[in-house]
Amino acid sequence: MVNPQIEGKRYPRTAPYLVGREKIREFLAATMAKPAAGSLESAKGNGHSDLVVPPTFPVVIQEHSLKLVIEDAEAQLDFSRVVHGDQRFVYQRPIVAGDELTSELSVASVKSLGGNHMVTFNTEIFDAANELVCTAISTLVVRGENA
Amino acid sequence: MPKFTELEIGQEVACQKYQITRDSLVRYAGASGDFNPIHYRDDIAQSVGLPGVLAHGMLTMGISIQPVADWAGDSAKIVDYGVRFTKPVVVPASGSAEIEVCAKVGALDEEANKARIDITTSFEGSTVLGKAQAWVQL
Repeated sequence: MVNPQIEGKRYPRTAPYLVGREKIREFLAATMAKPAAGSLESAKGNGHSDLVVPPTFPVVIQEHSLKLVIEDAEAQLDFSRVVHGDQRFVYQRPIVAGDELTSELSVASVKSLGGNHMVTFNTEIFDAANELVCTAISTLVVRGENA
Repeated sequence: MPKFTELEIGQEVACQKYQITRDSLVRYAGASGDFNPIHYRDDIAQSVGLPGVLAHGMLTMGISIQPVADWAGDSAKIVDYGVRFTKPVVVPASGSAEIEVCAKVGALDEEANKARIDITTSFEGSTVLGKAQAWVQL
């Protein structure tokens, strides 16, 4: 179940998350990147101030915002029936180690489809200067009782 | 690093196989903070009607972009990346699940110097991601 009334709802800004160089390396290793991807020298050679996060890393920030929805009694989101439908990351600029990020999630849509609900969240991720750096768009499928 | 003017639609830019083990799932859980037990406990996976322990969809998504990032030479060039999760990857308790990731040029935006890379990720002969596309700023 999910309450269709939460369409359009905006959740509060999350606490700052400091992107760490070793956390990036841990994420790179977990997503089977080549060891060279964690080279500070090559990141600097490409003109970056520090290591750049791998493309799906902002999921870590998105999770912090999603936690607010799961804990929101009004949303009635039954997480045990949730399946990840789709995911997208749109960048305004690369995220690098040292960035301090916050996020704000809004519920873009809640749709019903054959007994299931599909909820799309837009999570906007901001840097310490409050500039938008990335938008994470996620659709969760909440399986109906009989599905 | 690839040159925009040398790219052609349909051109393959990468094709690589990856082995996903239970070990990989534990490692990804720790790195991402996603500790849903369906990704490491057989009993829980079975109790919710799954065919077995599944790889995190986000792990499959994260692996699938790596050959594209290698090709681009800098992951900062990937400005937009999206997928649909269409089929689960079941990971056995021992041994591994092998996925194959192949990427080719799907579209070219000459005004913005961006290439759309279309990614096909397969497991046991079927694709597991739908509409997996990354825009690479060259």
